[in-house]
Amino acid sequence: MGYALNFNLIWRHFDRLWGGLILSLELAVLAIGIGVVIGLVLAIAHVSGGRLTRAAIGAYVEVIRNVPLILLVYLVFYGLPQAVDIAYDATTSFVATLSLYAGAYLVEVFRSGLAAVPAGLIDAGKAIGLTPWQRLIHVRLPTMLRITLPALSNTFVSLFKDTSIASVIAVPELTYGAQWINTNTFRIVEVYLIVTGMYLVTGYAILLGLRAIERRFSIGR
Amino acid sequence: MLSAILYAIPFLGAGLAVTLLVSLLTVSLSLVIGGLMGVALVYGPAPLRWVIRGFSDVVRGIPILVLIFFVYYGLPVAGLNLQPFSAAVLALTVFKCAQVIENVRGAIGSIPRGQMDAGKAIGLTFPARLVYVIAPQAVRRFLPPWINGVTDAVKGSALVSLLGVTDLMHSIQQVIGRTYEALPLYVLGAVFYFVINYTLSMLSRRLELRYSYIRD
Repeated sequence: MGYALNFNLIWRHFDRLWGGLILSLELAVLAIGIGVVIGLVLAIAHVSGGRLTRAAIGAYVEVIRNVPLILLVYLVFYGLPQAVDIAYDATTSFVATLSLYAGAYLVEVFRSGLAAVPAGLIDAGKAIGLTPWQRLIHVRLPTMLRITLPALSNTFVSLFKDTSIASVIAVPELTYGAQWINTNTFRIVEVYLIVTGMYLVTGYAILLGLRAIERRFSIGR
Repeated sequence: MLSAILYAIPFLGAGLAVTLLVSLLTVSLSLVIGGLMGVALVYGPAPLRWVIRGFSDVVRGIPILVLIFFVYYGLPVAGLNLQPFSAAVLALTVFKCAQVIENVRGAIGSIPRGQMDAGKAIGLTFPARLVYVIAPQAVRRFLPPWINGVTDAVKGSALVSLLGVTDLMHSIQQVIGRTYEALPLYVLGAVFYFVINYTLSMLSRRLELRYSYIRD
């Protein structure tokens, strides 16, 4: 028996996929924004902090990076409310989880970036009389950001793809939209062909955009 | 809480065995297939290179969750009815293959072109150059990132619980369904995953230190 592809039902429900994609992007942007703040603060703390600070940050990074994201998502959404008296919806819970997850990856990126800032630049800052704080803001951070741009782009795109995990706690993003259409129309192959295309196009669009920024700001080495 | 954890241990142990089996199958299958595809990507004829490049870019461009659902729910349409376990292994293997291809490409690409030329100059055939000149050097560059990527296979295998495969993730949820002790059991599950993956990443770090210096 042949299977005839029929995309009509997909187009009829396309608003679920389109809305889902928008939500996926929003989740990614929020989590990346919060993750960048976590990553920057912890990377600076790691570089300038004592042994205890380093150990604590290292533990956070290793734990998050070595546990599957789906487990963290369940842990925060179903597990945490048992211990602390908080109530949040699935979307908030997922953004919190993905932010923590992003933070752990970004600390590593920023930390290695800070370590790669040439010592001569920092000395030059010292020589013209900048305070340690001014050196951080005007010398080390800008240089570090330009060094880490390629690694940042990859992390951002991979975080965008990770938003698909939100579907397991019924956040209506793109993968959840695909599952909804599956359950209601059974046009499984068609849905996943379209959704695969949507993830690919969006992912590569993000990557191309970031590559353009990289070219503009990269340091010729 | 303690009783729930004690009750859970045997179930999690059984789930852990499935997680390890899925990971082991995925890692070994993708090592062979991805390894061959990676070599073909570097040295193969143009049309083959395009196909492999396209395969790798598409697979790395979509979320692994979508890939798993696509394989499990979509392949029956093409007449291939897979059990959840086989579908899970197939989808994870495809995902991991793309990574191995890039690992191989990176490893071979990091070897100076002169090595190949030198092999040619002393009269080695192409397979001999590959086996005696390129492979011994490429393997050392390939190992650290590859072992690091093995943790992705273990972490990705948690998603097969969504197909109903009773792996570690799924058995955690089953026990929670019976005991309602969500927090301690998720934490316990996290500990299980952490121990496996942390061991792997430690191994990768040690290999990297050992191989970071390449004698010329």
